[in-house]
Amino acid sequence: MHSNIDFMIQAPQTRQATEANPYLESFESFEKDASVRTPSWVFPIRKAGIARFAELGFPTLQNEDWRFTNVAPVRKLPFKPVFEYSRDGVTKQRLNALAFAGLKAHRLVFINGHYSEEFSSTFPERTGVRITSLARALITDSALIERHLASYASDEKNAFAALNTAFFQDGAFLFVPIDTTVEEPIHLLFVSTANEAGATSHPRNLIIAEKGSRLTVLETYASLSQGPYFTNAVTELVVGEGAVVEHCKFQDESMDAFHIATIHAHLGGHSNFTAHSMAMGARLSRNDIRTALKGEGAECVLNGLYVTKGDQLADHHMVVEHAKARCNSHEYFNGILDGRSRGVFHGRILVQPEAQKTDAKQTNKNLLLTDGASIDTKPQLEIYADDVKCTHGATIGQLNEESIFYLRARGIGLDTARTILIHAFAGEIIERIKCKAAREELDNLVWDRLEQNPQIAQKH
Amino acid sequence: MLEIRNLHAGVEGKKILKGIELVIRPGEVHAVMGPNGSGKSTLAQVLAGREGYEITAGEVIYKGKNLLEMDPEVRAREGVFLAFQYPVEIPGVNSTYFLKAALNEVRKHQGLPELDAIEFLAVVKQKMQLLELNQDLLRRSVNEGFSGGEKKRNEIFQMAVLEPKLAILDETDSGLDIDALRIVASGVNKLKRADTAQLLITHYQRLLNYIVPDYVHVLFDGRIVRSGDRKLALELEEKGYDWLIKEEAQPA
Repeated sequence: MHSNIDFMIQAPQTRQATEANPYLESFESFEKDASVRTPSWVFPIRKAGIARFAELGFPTLQNEDWRFTNVAPVRKLPFKPVFEYSRDGVTKQRLNALAFAGLKAHRLVFINGHYSEEFSSTFPERTGVRITSLARALITDSALIERHLASYASDEKNAFAALNTAFFQDGAFLFVPIDTTVEEPIHLLFVSTANEAGATSHPRNLIIAEKGSRLTVLETYASLSQGPYFTNAVTELVVGEGAVVEHCKFQDESMDAFHIATIHAHLGGHSNFTAHSMAMGARLSRNDIRTALKGEGAECVLNGLYVTKGDQLADHHMVVEHAKARCNSHEYFNGILDGRSRGVFHGRILVQPEAQKTDAKQTNKNLLLTDGASIDTKPQLEIYADDVKCTHGATIGQLNEESIFYLRARGIGLDTARTILIHAFAGEIIERIKCKAAREELDNLVWDRLEQNPQIAQKH
Repeated sequence: MLEIRNLHAGVEGKKILKGIELVIRPGEVHAVMGPNGSGKSTLAQVLAGREGYEITAGEVIYKGKNLLEMDPEVRAREGVFLAFQYPVEIPGVNSTYFLKAALNEVRKHQGLPELDAIEFLAVVKQKMQLLELNQDLLRRSVNEGFSGGEKKRNEIFQMAVLEPKLAILDETDSGLDIDALRIVASGVNKLKRADTAQLLITHYQRLLNYIVPDYVHVLFDGRIVRSGDRKLALELEEKGYDWLIKEEAQPA
């Protein structure tokens, strides 16, 4: 399998070189302009990013990590990065209609990837806490960011992360000092207003939770437009020793959009990291979640839900690396697939020789609501230590007829019965969200979506 | 209230019910008894509207309407209630939510206003006492992790909340210890009214010590082969089903 991937890196250069051209051209002009606004140390990082992207090219189906997800539609889009901030018709009222916008939280709003000061709001926080835009922090906290940026999100085999590294302009910078708790959740709201095909944003978030700190982050992607735009996001998280971080990503892009996101989390000893990934929008979405358990006794929970219909494709690709002893990782992913939509779950667990007493669990459950829906689920265990507990399981099924009959026999109509059961299946995932306000909002939202979607309730 | 005429039903080409005749009037309690495989549970399932059974002949008239044409939820809203032999566990569906939704569907159908959360809770509290159920059960998912006895009591509790016109109790006594049986039976008895009827489906006479039927019918090989009053049940207890089956095989 590895040889496969290596082979792909050296794959035919000619095609990739030509397809990378518009990106290289765009990079040259962008880089001249951007260097004025960012510290000089960023330049080589960007340069390395574009070089890596040029080398890798877009992944193809021959790439083991992209076997089930064809990104040709993304490759065919014109490449039109949105370089400047514009309000672009966004109003407070329109933002308030979006999920989580009413939730009491520190809120950083980004329009087409650019920080919008006018729509953002934060509460006073304890000394040392930073809740700000990355572009600003690059000026004010340059040295701190230099130590971390692009050190975790490995671009080596990830062309999209490399592209982000080359082109990112803004995103969130969150920093929580030692033993500090941020009481309110921090909501990062990424709004797209792009109608133009290929309009691209490269949000880049850097989240640092120092030793013993506590933090909840909600990262949501929403749209006020319908266009086939492209979001290519990267979030790097550093979870210090004993820190507790909950990260909840809610992807609700336009149904024509393309969404590719990489989350890299680096966990210190005895830290606790929970990452929720809820994918409901986008024509094609891909979430790469890389968790490196780098200190003894670290724990992580990766908890995901994808709800798709029509021709949507939602891909989750996880790598959990157990580098040290006595770490736990639990992955729970449920999929609800309607229409001709497709789901992909690829969960790789890598247990390094040092990682004795590893406890790694993985489950992927899928509900196929139609004959046309499909799921590719692939567990992958690589274990180089001998005293470990690793389990994985996957299920694919339909709604339970016994349960439907039981509900109907009490007077509940067929459509409602189906909706209740689908909602319950989603609820298994949603109930793991620790942030109460977010959990309740998401629960209501999923329920509303199911009710609004007459297809889901109908028997096919 | 319920008229079953010459009902024939089966599943996947196999004939199970072969001409059931049964009339139940308001205020009556009927018991259908029979050995395993006689068709007792099929009768309960067909009346509740379970899919997968083929009705090949006969009719079932409920309150003057063709019951067999109704969807299961419509039957329930019209007042037919089946207490399941094996109540289904439904993880993730909260018991309170489920029961409130069910009750409001029934009320809507009857032209009554829906109950809000507070009104519903008042109804529930009162009915829970009837079944000596712990209120914690309502916070859990439907039947999930309930003991066998709790599941059966929960069925009767649902019956108490939904107040059906015709309650069909499918082997409600099976798996109950004597205390639980007493609680369930006393609940069922308290729910009996002049305008409601009950159909008890049971293998054993035991339940009938606590819920006294007006009529007892013996089901064998898809047909009711003998009807009588409570004494018939006692006679069965004493002589076993073989006695009747033999007589059936050699009609006088």
